[in-house]
Amino acid sequence: MVDRSGTPLVEMRDISIAFGGIKAVDHVSLDLYPGEVVGLLGHNGAGKSTLIKCVSGAYRQDSGEVFVRGEKASIQTPRDARDYNIETIYQTLALADNLDAASNLFLGRELTTPLGFLDDAAMEAETRRIMGRLNPNFRKFASPVSALSGGQRQSVAIARAVYFQAKILIMDEPTAALGPQETQMVAELIQELKKDGLGIFLIDHDVHQVKRLCDRAAVMKNGELVGVVDVDDVSTDDLLGMIIAGKTPEHLAA
Amino acid sequence: MADASATSPSAERRNLFRTLEIDTRLLGMVGAFIVVCLVFNVLTEGRFLTPRNIFNLTIQTVSVAIMATGMVFVIVTRHIDLSVGSLLATCSAMMAITQTSILPGMGLDFGNPMIAPIAVLVGLVTGAVIGGFQGWIVGYLAVPSFIVTLGGLLVWRNVAWYLTSGQTIGPLDETFQLLGGINGTMGVSGSWVLGVIGVVAACVAIWFARRARIRHEFPVKPLWAEFVLALVAAVLILGFVATLNAYDIPERVLQRNFEAAGQTMPEGYAAGYGVPYSVLLLVLVAVVMTVVARKTRLGRYIFATGGNPDAAQLSGINTKLLTVKVFAIMGMLCALAALVASARLSFHSNDIGTLDELRVIAAAVIGGTALAGGMGTIYGAILGALIMQSLQSGMAMVGVDAPFQNIVVGAVLVLAVLVDIIYRKRTGAN
Repeated sequence: MVDRSGTPLVEMRDISIAFGGIKAVDHVSLDLYPGEVVGLLGHNGAGKSTLIKCVSGAYRQDSGEVFVRGEKASIQTPRDARDYNIETIYQTLALADNLDAASNLFLGRELTTPLGFLDDAAMEAETRRIMGRLNPNFRKFASPVSALSGGQRQSVAIARAVYFQAKILIMDEPTAALGPQETQMVAELIQELKKDGLGIFLIDHDVHQVKRLCDRAAVMKNGELVGVVDVDDVSTDDLLGMIIAGKTPEHLAA
Repeated sequence: MADASATSPSAERRNLFRTLEIDTRLLGMVGAFIVVCLVFNVLTEGRFLTPRNIFNLTIQTVSVAIMATGMVFVIVTRHIDLSVGSLLATCSAMMAITQTSILPGMGLDFGNPMIAPIAVLVGLVTGAVIGGFQGWIVGYLAVPSFIVTLGGLLVWRNVAWYLTSGQTIGPLDETFQLLGGINGTMGVSGSWVLGVIGVVAACVAIWFARRARIRHEFPVKPLWAEFVLALVAAVLILGFVATLNAYDIPERVLQRNFEAAGQTMPEGYAAGYGVPYSVLLLVLVAVVMTVVARKTRLGRYIFATGGNPDAAQLSGINTKLLTVKVFAIMGMLCALAALVASARLSFHSNDIGTLDELRVIAAAVIGGTALAGGMGTIYGAILGALIMQSLQSGMAMVGVDAPFQNIVVGAVLVLAVLVDIIYRKRTGAN
């Protein structure tokens, strides 16, 4: 069980964002504790990604506040989020296809020589080290990432988050483009990261996956938070009911 | 896979190239260039590959080649710059006015050694400011670069016209003219020194790269492969220097020089031109731009943005500012090209750099820069400029009619890109 007695890693309070009159996120509050995986469920356009982008720095909320480790955080850009040890793995993977794995892993945070030039050899060495841990079969260090399979690309994206010692990890449908074996690899990795005390937001469509991987599930519909439930207290049907009808299951509604 | 069942000789050859880690596309371009040279050499009965013509070819290429290196960055970031020819004219006009009327008006006499450096500085600032301004409109105001620089094409051409009232301005400062090509060369011994420095630098670079790989325990090429590469580099560099040195200064020019110095020319005295300063400038630009592209954050961000702008932005790269920087670099290179072009003419003329934007873009594209962004090399663009110039002057030497010259160049541009597309499909490269 996750210990929720301490300060939450992240706490979103009363977040709202509107795009041209449409309320994408409507007064949502959500928290995340160390060693916990919180699943975010909902239809396309329910506001899951938009909500999470306030934490990753891609969007700025219209109102509401984000607290990181109990302190009010000002996250204006992706760079700010990184300074709070928040790393995001985007649905689109956010990799530059024309560059190799090492260049992508260190993109925006390159290692340099004392003269200020890129230290490609050192970056490749570090990449080999971290990939040896995450995906030992990975060999294509010299190829551009466009030549990699979905799973290999995903492991590069995850390696980026792990290498920079993320404390808070946001994963936007990390297994959407993966085969069963690769999905299993990501699942094992999530368990391992959990043990290390990371907090993970997992955005997903698949209720079975959320039940399997997450501790709690937060369901959104039309920008509003339907409810946050312990996954052990609900069935997949309950979760589907929350997603589709927007209703909290009766046995929890008390 | 089709590759696996390829016949053994070609597979062996591919392995050889792989061992040497030579870019096969570069090899293709070099091959095309050699074919062009040989064909024209036959058609002109050996006049194409004389030291004299090679010398002329190189100095004619410099201006376009300098701009093409910057165009690589622009195109790699998924932009285009149609204003480079006009920007060249504005920079040239600014430099010409500075040295012929503004500085003398401020009390610096004609021939003062400070005139040339100040004029060049004015040109560089002009280019950087105008380029940066266009980049700002593209990056921060989100107007497509095609439109911004299409406007710039008209604006800067006519700003140059307005600045000079359409007049030809000259003669330019003598020191300034040293960068024009035949007006300023390093001489035989200076060129040999440069060549040796180049060879040493190439060997040191190869050695350092190898050492870095060994330090991190990466696989390295066999030693013989490194030696072959170093040898090829040495032969190319020294061969180029030897060719330019072999172009003798005509006797009457030497005579005139000695008379100007108040001496008489010794009997049987001869001297070669050697490497022109403008070519030295191009080499420096190429080295700096290559280092920027491969070894600096700026270069890495340029290529990352070209490959996936969203990824670059999410990685914390300020892509708007990056656009400003890329266009500012392009502007500064236009100023350097303006320096070379006007110094070569020895005056600023109203039509300087006309249609250069097309030559520059063609050079970059022939050199393998993909318009879709994210791909391109500096050496490729320079080689592209050289191929274009060879075609143009070769056809002129053969006596091809002017309309046919342009028809051929246009067709070659499309053909080059087609071949590149087919090559990439075949090899499975992106």
